[in-house]
This record gives sequence, C-alpha cells and structure tokens, in this order.
Amino acid sequence: MINFIPPGIILIIAGFLLLIVPKQLFRIIAFVAPIITIFIVLQIPDGVSLKGNFLDYSIEIIEGDKLSRLFGLIFSIMALGGTIFSINNIKNKELGFAFIYAGSAIGVTFSGDLISMFVFWEIMAIGSTMVIWNGLELTSHKAGLRYALVHFLGGVILMIGIIGNINQTGSSNFTAVSLDSWAQWLMLIGILINAGAWPISSWIGDAYPEASAGGMVFLSAFTTKTAVFVLIKTFPGTEILVYIGLIMIFYGIIYALLENDMRRILAYSIVNQVGFMVTGIGIGTEMAINGAASHAFAHIIYKALLLMSAGSVLYMTGKRKCTDLGGLYRTMPITTICGIIGALAISSFPLTSGFISKSMISQSAADLHLTYVWFLLTAASAGVFLHAGIKFPWFVFFQKDSGLRPKDPPFNMKISMIIFSAICILIGIFPSVLYSLLPFEVDYVPYTFGHVIAYLQLLLFAGLAFFILLPQMKRTLTISLDTDWLFRVVSLRIINFFSKELKILSDGIKGGTPEQISSFIDHLIKYHGPSGILAKTLPTGRTIFWVIVIFVLFLILTFLS
Amino acid sequence: MKSKESKNIHWLVRSSTIKLLWILMFLILGIVVLLQFFGHIHGHFIIDETFGFNAWYGFIACVIMVFISKFLALFVKRKDNYYDD
Repeated sequence: MINFIPPGIILIIAGFLLLIVPKQLFRIIAFVAPIITIFIVLQIPDGVSLKGNFLDYSIEIIEGDKLSRLFGLIFSIMALGGTIFSINNIKNKELGFAFIYAGSAIGVTFSGDLISMFVFWEIMAIGSTMVIWNGLELTSHKAGLRYALVHFLGGVILMIGIIGNINQTGSSNFTAVSLDSWAQWLMLIGILINAGAWPISSWIGDAYPEASAGGMVFLSAFTTKTAVFVLIKTFPGTEILVYIGLIMIFYGIIYALLENDMRRILAYSIVNQVGFMVTGIGIGTEMAINGAASHAFAHIIYKALLLMSAGSVLYMTGKRKCTDLGGLYRTMPITTICGIIGALAISSFPLTSGFISKSMISQSAADLHLTYVWFLLTAASAGVFLHAGIKFPWFVFFQKDSGLRPKDPPFNMKISMIIFSAICILIGIFPSVLYSLLPFEVDYVPYTFGHVIAYLQLLLFAGLAFFILLPQMKRTLTISLDTDWLFRVVSLRIINFFSKELKILSDGIKGGTPEQISSFIDHLIKYHGPSGILAKTLPTGRTIFWVIVIFVLFLILTFLS
Repeated sequence: MKSKESKNIHWLVRSSTIKLLWILMFLILGIVVLLQFFGHIHGHFIIDETFGFNAWYGFIACVIMVFISKFLALFVKRKDNYYDD
C-alpha cells in the first residue's frame, strides 16, 4: 500500500499545510514529513507502481530505479537537513514553499513519463521563486522576478520540446533520446537552463544569494540537481554536454574568484560543480554516469554544509560581503570547522565525499583517452580548491580582524552543520556505502597510494598559489557583469534610444508638414489612437449590445427576403 | 567584548605563528612531492606519471586562472551598486 503514495506529493501537501497550520503543529509537520518521505523513497520498487491516464497518454507518477531512488533519497535527506538548520530562522510561509519545491523535485525523480515530469518541473519553478521572494531584503523581489522569468522561459522551451518529441516519436516515455530533431534540441536547452549552463547561468549568482540564510540552503540543492537527473535520464553520452560542462566549470571558477559576496562565491561554485556532472553525463560511460550521479549526491551535502556555515555567519552578523567579514574563527569555532570540512569536501580532499565521487568523472575521461578533457578537469580540480576550498573559509573566517565577535549560531543550526560534516567524512572514508546506491556496478578503487599522492600534490600546490597570489585576490566592493547585463541594461538602452529618436523624428515630421496634413493626423489619432473611440476595446456589455443589434437586424433581413 | 590588546595576541595571528605556518606548509609540500619516490602514480598520458607533475600543473593552472580572472575583471568589474539605480 505504501508504495502507492507518491513521496513527492507528501512533501507538497505538507508544504501547503505549513502555509496555514498554527504554530504548535508547524514543527511537528516540518520534521515528520521529510522523515516519512525518506522512508517511502527507500521502499519504492523497480518499475512502475502508480499510473493513470491523461488524454491519450498514460501517466506514470511513480517509476522507480536505482537512479531515481538515489536522487529521491538525497532530496528528502536535504529537506530534513534544511528543516533542522532553518527551523528557528525561516518564515513559516518560506518553509512551506521550500517543502513544495523539494516535493516537486522528488516528483520529477520518480516520474515515468515526460508529462508528469514537466508538471513537477513547473511546480518546482513556482516553489523556488516563492522561496526567493520570502528572502531578506527588497532586492530579493527584483531578483526573484528575474529568476522566475528565466525559469518560465526555460519551462516554455522544454514544453515545446516535449510536445514536439511526443508528436515525432509517438511516445511520452521519460527515457534516453537522441539529439536529432529540433524538438530534442529544445528539450536539451530547456533542461540546461535549469542546470545553469552558460550563457544562461547568471540567475544562480543573481537570485540565490538574495534568499534568506535557510532559503538558500534549500535552493542550492534542487533545481540544478534535478536538471542533472533529467539529463542523465534523457541525454547520457551526448557529446556537446562535455563542452558545455567544461565551460560551466571554468565560468564558475573565474566568476567566483572575482566575487565579494560570500554566498555568491558559493553560488558560482554551484555552476562549477554542476559543470563536472554535465561533463560526466556527456562522456556517458557507466563510470562517468556513476561519477555524475555520486557527485550530485556528495555535492548536495557539502554545498548545503557550506551554505549552512555561510548562513550562520549571515544570521549572526547580518553581513554577507568578504570586505566586511574576517577573523570570525575566534568566536565561531564550530561554524569555522564545519565550513572548512565543507570546503575540503568540495575540493575533493582525500577522506571526504568529493574525493570518491569527482575522481570517477576524471577517471572516465582518462579511460577513453580524452586528453584535453582530462587535463582541463585536472586543472579545474585545482581551481575548485582555489575559488571555494580556500577562498571561502579564508575571507570569511580568517583574512583580517573585522572586529566582529559573533557567537556560534543557535543549537539547531550547529547540529545540522555537524550532521552534514559527519556525512561528508563518512562517505569519504566508506565510499562503498554511496557506491552501492549508484545506477551501475562500481568497479573503481579511489584510495590507491598514487591517486592520493597525485591529488594531494595538485591541491596543496593550488593552496600555495593562493597564498602567493593573495595580494592579487584582495576583495573590492565590486560585482562582475554577466550575460544578464544584456537584458538588464542593454535592452533598456535600446528601448530608450528608440523612444527618444522616434520622438525627435515625429516632431520633425510634424513641424515640416502643411497644416492640412497635420490636422488630418490629429483627426486620425483622435478616433484611431490608443484612446480613440474606434480603436478602444469595448466593454463586454457594450459588445453584447452590438452583437444583439446585429443579430436582430439579421433576423429582420431574413424575414424580409 | 575583548580588548584590543587581547585581540593582538591571539596565538594564530602572531607573526611567529605565521612564520611557523609558512615553514610547515613548505615542509608538507616537500613531503608530498617526495612521497612520489615511494609509490607509483598511475597515469594515462605519460606526462602525468612524471615526477612532480601534479604539483607544478596544479600551481601553474591556478596562477593562470587568477590572471585570466584579473584580465576579465578589466571589462566586467563594476561598483556593487551598479544595478541599484
């Protein structure tokens, strides 16, 4: 019986309840719903266990396999971890929408057909936008609106792609497709927009850091990783993804290096990390897909940990810029240590979760002798330590003495950080736990003497580069323009230019024309202009009146003839 | 609230500690490279098996990335209230 309750729907219903229930019930639902979801996700068997019909299509609401259970599990663990972290600092409404968001992400992972996948995909966009809109400041409204625009555009593109694909192939199955028609290209573009692929990647750095401390912990986990899941299902081994992934990797590093806002550094590093996964999906071998899937799992945990650490700093100090922070290790020891563990995990240090997942992607590139890809991935691994692994803890917790003396955050926030730190290390020490959950049999041993030494050399010398180049990395009160500059600034300039020039043009024409012509134009404007009587849209009542008049005339004419 | 004096003597920011940390760092870097004598790094592209490859490659990659970002900054860097008005 329990197999027939879609796990995503439980969180979505819980999310709606959280929006309305009184305080006493709020905490109970917030903790019980994710725990039930974790339990159900683990029970879902292989194959379709719940389906229905919509128009002529069969809708498979629950279809389980190893991949969907892996993503469903990490999404529901994240819902629980995010709740523990944010229960004291999040608005009721915000947590409700975060649950709807998380539930719809889980809904995507268990969808067996493209139609139900798309429905959950769109609920996700609404839920996440509402989380951003419940953020800290006024700026979160504008950023949330930009975020919504990007995601609804992506959603429309994906929908056209799905409809085209169903028309062409006659099947709405949510399985691998080859990239050989316009519909499949549109599907790919729609999915990549949610993955944060360049050039439409600025929304991550733009919108996520405007959410609240707890809000961003939720946001970091679902949208991009759901896109990774959908890419694994639909486009494994698609070569173009290798290049798109590599661009994302270096885009993330370069922009994070330039960034001053601590949570925006981590937002750019999401693009970087998803780039590794997208590259792995493009390589497409069993090892590469295992690498991408396990890296998504590991990434969700350590990115959430990093954002909990940054969120604790934001919560305790109210500051978010590296130029305002520094020296917090003195009074926030637990936040500092947990932040460093997250930073080591994202950098793939041996004995952390990142080491045992990311190296499978590099290994798959080496196995296929993709020379450039391997050398770029290796350089990027050093770059991750540079832009996130050292930069984040250094500028937030060490650097200079900012004079701030905040305490570690409240109990629940500390506990969530400690639990997630422990998971990072446990997965790093016992990789077989994660490997047993992966879609394919794992034939890979991460801990060999040579591999560990190679990684230590790579990372520690990246660290040396950081400290030698420290004067070059001095933080300034600046932002970096991104592709969204085109629609935030350039498009406005074009509109302003034309409205100004057109005005001059029309004034000039008016001034040079004889009296009769300009009075004719005025006459036209009077009756046909925006508020002219002949151009106005008529109120319904008047329209009906005229329809009736015409109808009566028609009847009379019919009788007479 | 700690006084200014006690801030200055936190053990981690004393100049002697910082000097010691630099020495320790170079020591660890040296050990990590020398450890390659005791074990083989299994490579796939010949050069990645050579002595100290990962060390210099990681270092140079980072230097290049920092300078690319500095170069890009010439074009994309703006005051952080750029979009505000």
